[in-house]
Amino acid sequence: MNVRNIIGWSSALWLSAISLQAQETNPLDPVQKQMKQMQENFERIIKEQQRQIESLGQQVKEMQKGMTNIVPVEAKKTPEPLLPTTGQAEAMPPAGAQTKPWSPSDSIRLAGGQQNFLNISFDALVAGGWSSAEDVESLQPGGHDPKQRGFTVQNLETTFDGKIDPYFRGQANIIMQIDPEGETAIEVEEAFLETISLPWNLQVKAGQYFSEFGRLNPMHPHSWDLVDQPLVNGRFLGADGLRNPGARVSWLASTPFYSELFLSMQNSQGETAFSFRDAHEDGLVFGRPAVDTRVKGFGDLLYVPRYVAAFDLTDEQTVMLGASGAFGPNATGKNTDTQIYGADLFYKWKPRTQSKGFPFVTWQTEWMYRRYEAAAYAGDLDNPALPAETLKDWGGYSQISYGFRKGWVASLRGDYVTGRQAGLEPDPDRDMRWRVSPALTYFPSEFSKIRVQYNYDDRDNVGVDHSIWIQFEFLLGAHAAHKF
Amino acid sequence: MKTLFSLIGLAALLGAASPAQAKLNVVATLPDYGSIAEEIGGDKIKVTSLAKGTEDPHFVDARPSFIRVLNQADVLLEGGAEMEIGWLPALVNNARNPKLLGAAPGHVVMAQGITLLDVPSGPVDRSMGDVHPAGNPHFAHDPANGKIMAAHLAEVFGRLDAANAAFYQANLKRFNERLDLKLVEWAKLMEPYRGTKVVTYHKSYEYFAARFGLKVIGQIEPKPGLEPSPTHISALITRMKEAGAKLVMIEPNRPRKTPQYVADAIGAKLVIVPGMVGGQEKIKDYFSLFDYDVAQIMAALKELK
Repeated sequence: MNVRNIIGWSSALWLSAISLQAQETNPLDPVQKQMKQMQENFERIIKEQQRQIESLGQQVKEMQKGMTNIVPVEAKKTPEPLLPTTGQAEAMPPAGAQTKPWSPSDSIRLAGGQQNFLNISFDALVAGGWSSAEDVESLQPGGHDPKQRGFTVQNLETTFDGKIDPYFRGQANIIMQIDPEGETAIEVEEAFLETISLPWNLQVKAGQYFSEFGRLNPMHPHSWDLVDQPLVNGRFLGADGLRNPGARVSWLASTPFYSELFLSMQNSQGETAFSFRDAHEDGLVFGRPAVDTRVKGFGDLLYVPRYVAAFDLTDEQTVMLGASGAFGPNATGKNTDTQIYGADLFYKWKPRTQSKGFPFVTWQTEWMYRRYEAAAYAGDLDNPALPAETLKDWGGYSQISYGFRKGWVASLRGDYVTGRQAGLEPDPDRDMRWRVSPALTYFPSEFSKIRVQYNYDDRDNVGVDHSIWIQFEFLLGAHAAHKF
Repeated sequence: MKTLFSLIGLAALLGAASPAQAKLNVVATLPDYGSIAEEIGGDKIKVTSLAKGTEDPHFVDARPSFIRVLNQADVLLEGGAEMEIGWLPALVNNARNPKLLGAAPGHVVMAQGITLLDVPSGPVDRSMGDVHPAGNPHFAHDPANGKIMAAHLAEVFGRLDAANAAFYQANLKRFNERLDLKLVEWAKLMEPYRGTKVVTYHKSYEYFAARFGLKVIGQIEPKPGLEPSPTHISALITRMKEAGAKLVMIEPNRPRKTPQYVADAIGAKLVIVPGMVGGQEKIKDYFSLFDYDVAQIMAALKELK
């Protein structure tokens, strides 16, 4: 509790110090500022024009000198004059686009081109398949996993992103899902702004966002290597991952290698804070009814620190190591807390003779440990009494993917989760289970994929199950940049 | 928790130890831009190229170490025209370096001032493959465009480092004089082969071909970015036989099997023509790129005769 309070206050101070700094740099009142800006703009335009004229003159001279020697070319290239300042490619409108006026039969281009105010994309992830388990919804704990025999619309994601102004970048991911009852649900998965020009290598993110805990949690389902979420993520961080409204500061450390430190402060309640102040679906948390809790101090929020470092082993191999924590109160009592610790490793080999991004090998492993302080419960007619106890769970997954030829990726994942014996037995949310999943993915292009996956599941107190899933993805709109 | 604080402490310590840079720190996405920057900047700048000359410039891995490199940079040279769209934006977003953003003088788009080829004049959609709406981004493979890029860089370096502006201008003059001589030399060498019909793997030789009078009449790829299919290859072979294609030009990193098969089937010669500086050991700079490529093509065509 104490440590969390310290982190809370210090990060609040940190944030306010940053905003103060931002204010100090703008001492002028708005009107004065505007006037000054107008004057500056005017002067800049005049200067620009003068420079343009000069460089034009120079260009012409140089071209006259240079061109006499060059053999004429079929493409008839007349080098355009350099526009000196902007450094943006819209300074050179493509010839074709200029000469041909837009007609109603032309498509409206939202993505691509250089005038980028808002990127829009739509990504659909659909799965179909069969499982020997009838209770597919409890076999597959992930919120975007296949949920039933037959078809599941895993994720329909609309993404908006772009630069807001010279200070912020914004992103929103609005997702829709069709649940097994056929109802369409809409969710704001992420909607945040991120600073782009803070000093001291700092960056602040604020809004609704995925906590940077481990490697997989902040990744959207369409960029996963397999059809479903690792078991440990579903059990500890929740079906839909750990995400909530909040703010986080990250610092890009000045180490010779890449390393970054994150500190996030978020709300601690709801189903997207599963191991914290969440009543779970049936209102029972590890056999105990959820208690109504309120935020009384900074200590009642959720804190997610993370440190990650990456090293280039060779010119073609990189390894990334991370350590994360998530600390906050939970829903079983007034003074009960949860701590989750995580360690992650990501290794990638990609030769510097790659063509279209292939071949490559990646190896991704995460391990987590959860300490859940559960309050005592007196019991009632339907539910047994339970003592105050600390529930200790751990688990992890390891997956390897091999892009063996252009468009083809073979993957294999192993999952394991378990919990130390406690008052409630058996508890499907804590019992040991493991899973092995081979998968094969084919990418017809960067914008679509087809994946087939087999799951061998073994659940304590339930038994063995087999599942086959086929997944299809398509992406419309803006070309997303791949993160490492 | 203790570990967390000691990590903060450690990182802060390391942060304080990093020395100030006196030279202009220039980061180029592709080695071609880096090579021209070295010609103009000489010993007054430090150049780092992110991509290797041997790899596919569209699919460079966004390695985390690049974030640190970009964080320290004074100048970023990017091609623009969607060349690096798949890997650069996320790196720049996380680099937290306002010097490289938007209209900042340190953000240099190399395509600026260059007339791009293959700008689609009709409607574009993705059923046509990965068509770049702004035009073909492989413009650095025309040496005459090197002059435009060099002038741009001399101007940018001079603005960011006014004390050495004259030095950069002098280097630009020397670069242009040398390139003018080379342009004449290469043109003379290629003159006898003007009009030679060639097949390429990707639409990446359009600029080189236009400069040296080669006619690109087909691609191994059925559509930009797509892998060759058997139907496309058999149709291509028929067409290329009829047209009389003499060369199949591919980059060093492309799969050899299909291009070799096509070359054999149409009685043409398969030739490896690196598209970037560093694409082959001998290609140390922008000049040797064209020296090497021209020599490769001439050798292959001589063998055919």
